[in-house]
Amino acid sequence: MIEVTDITKTYGNGDTTFQALKGVSFTIEDGEFVAIMGPSGSGKSTMMHILGCLDIPTTGTYFLDGKDVSTMDDEQLADIRKDKVGFVFQAFNLLPRTTVLRNVVLPLVYAGVGIDEREKRAKHALVSAGLTESHFLHKSNELSGGQIQRVAIARALVNEPTLILADEPTGNLDTKTGEVVLGTFQKLNEEHGRTIVLITHEPDVAEHAKRIITLRDGTIVSDTTSHTRRRAHHI
Amino acid sequence: MTLNDTLQETFTALSANKVRSGLTVLGIVIGIGSVIAMVSVGQGAASGIQSSIQSLGSNLLQVTPGAARTAGGFGVSGGRGTSSTLKQDDANAIASQVQYVAGVASEVSSRQQITAKGTNTNTSVIGVTSAYPEIRNVSIDQGSFISDDQNNSLAKVAVLGPTAAGDLFGTDDTTADGLPNGIVGQTIRIKGMEFKVIGITAAKGSSGFSNQDDTVYIPAKSAQRFLTGNDSVSSIDIQASSADTMATVQDDVTNLLLALHGISDPTKADFSVLNQNDLLSAVSNVSQTLTILLASIAGISLIVGGIGIMNMMLTTVTERTREIGLRKAIGAKKADISRQFLIEATVLTLIGGTLGVVLGGGVALAINALGLITTSISVSSVVLAFGVSAAIGILFGWYPARRAASLNPIEALRYE
Repeated sequence: MIEVTDITKTYGNGDTTFQALKGVSFTIEDGEFVAIMGPSGSGKSTMMHILGCLDIPTTGTYFLDGKDVSTMDDEQLADIRKDKVGFVFQAFNLLPRTTVLRNVVLPLVYAGVGIDEREKRAKHALVSAGLTESHFLHKSNELSGGQIQRVAIARALVNEPTLILADEPTGNLDTKTGEVVLGTFQKLNEEHGRTIVLITHEPDVAEHAKRIITLRDGTIVSDTTSHTRRRAHHI
Repeated sequence: MTLNDTLQETFTALSANKVRSGLTVLGIVIGIGSVIAMVSVGQGAASGIQSSIQSLGSNLLQVTPGAARTAGGFGVSGGRGTSSTLKQDDANAIASQVQYVAGVASEVSSRQQITAKGTNTNTSVIGVTSAYPEIRNVSIDQGSFISDDQNNSLAKVAVLGPTAAGDLFGTDDTTADGLPNGIVGQTIRIKGMEFKVIGITAAKGSSGFSNQDDTVYIPAKSAQRFLTGNDSVSSIDIQASSADTMATVQDDVTNLLLALHGISDPTKADFSVLNQNDLLSAVSNVSQTLTILLASIAGISLIVGGIGIMNMMLTTVTERTREIGLRKAIGAKKADISRQFLIEATVLTLIGGTLGVVLGGGVALAINALGLITTSISVSSVVLAFGVSAAIGILFGWYPARRAASLNPIEALRYE
């Protein structure tokens, strides 16, 4: 459960300050599929960084699973990321020259999970993300863009996070492959109850979510729950 | 993150760029290898010189007539035949009046043409007493050494050094240890006089400029009577009871001889007392300086190798900025990142260190095998080189590791 209350974020100091977020509040329940949408400069990247515990707000509070993460230091944030957040980025998702399996195992390595347990969980996550056993030992640079993104989704899943945070996950993919990736998210949300927050500037992509929060100039301009959401073809 | 996992990451990272890792390792290999090879050359030279000085006899002092002329060459510039101020009485007085003296042996040396069975050689003939082998580390291989009886009776007997024996009697028929066989009992002629060979000494090798094996020993009194024709001795060897008493013995001998010779001004002494320890310490000073010089030249290449490591690690950190960002995003802490880079640098230097020890040891052995210089690989230099390489890895890896660990994950992920 995510509770964001009156968050602001100011960059710079003195005369040259820039306020990227100007008091944003919302709540995301477990099991929701939310898209945070907005044009560039709307503050959605800043929002993503704060939700992903990569950064902390200037003012306001952010409770993740009942824990106030808005005042944590770097080391505490790293712990929260390890346990509660799974990331899927637009580009450069996987370690190069490293096997698919090793990439997915990596969060569990940092979490200190034992070898047998983490292999089991990584394989399970890879299957959930729509990959088959034959891919496991491929090097990450031998895969197609859609496969890379699904490995990244598996990696985001593997530590059973509260929140999967996807930052423009289809930005580098063609429409068809992007559909497949979005379908993977929908399946994870519907069949496995995963909480997914999708950051995008494309309305087409945002429409795959159940709820769309639109940001503009650092404030929420709309927060709608869609009943006619787009279906991506399932894999 | 366990050590095993870190090592796996390290292996992946280093093998991702094999050429660069290899070249970086090469820098350390050369650094460590040259330290070990250079130190082994220096120490080999030092121990070679020291052992040949020690082979002259232990805790040895030598009194020679006339003032010492040039430095170095202990057995050479012994005032040979230039002065006849030392007598057997001096030796007897030293033996009876000076404390801490373990043994005294006087020598009457001269250079003679010696013939035997149609061959001949020119070598040094030393008149000695029965105390000589004990003091000068001479051991008998065949037969026996000169006895007091033979000395007192002016016997015409000779003990040959192995080189002299080989020169005079050929080396066709040899014993198990390579010495000519069947020589004891034969005769040689010195100044036309027949001397019976009663023994052959074991090989000692050469020391400084003189070959100690190319020598003929005869009784001291026989040498005075038949060869030099006077009652002077060419040197007196004194063995002190221990290394600690050498300085005392040297002072006492000097004072005693000054008194016996009636000389009041020590600067005008007609003899000099050489102390083996002085020579040893002078030589070891020189060789120590040599070793330090060689090691410091090699140490510079080690530092250059270390800078190579730092350079590579900094390049790697820049190249892998986004990877570092990603690792941080999925939960790596600062300590995880800095440990990973530190271990990468340390593994590089340890690989380089191991190969360097092999290379340096190989070079030292090769120099030895080629017979250029005797080298000795000391455990301490290997341990030192290895320790230094690990320290360099940590030292030069620390800064890049810190830079990697302190990267902001957001900026690192956006890095192009």
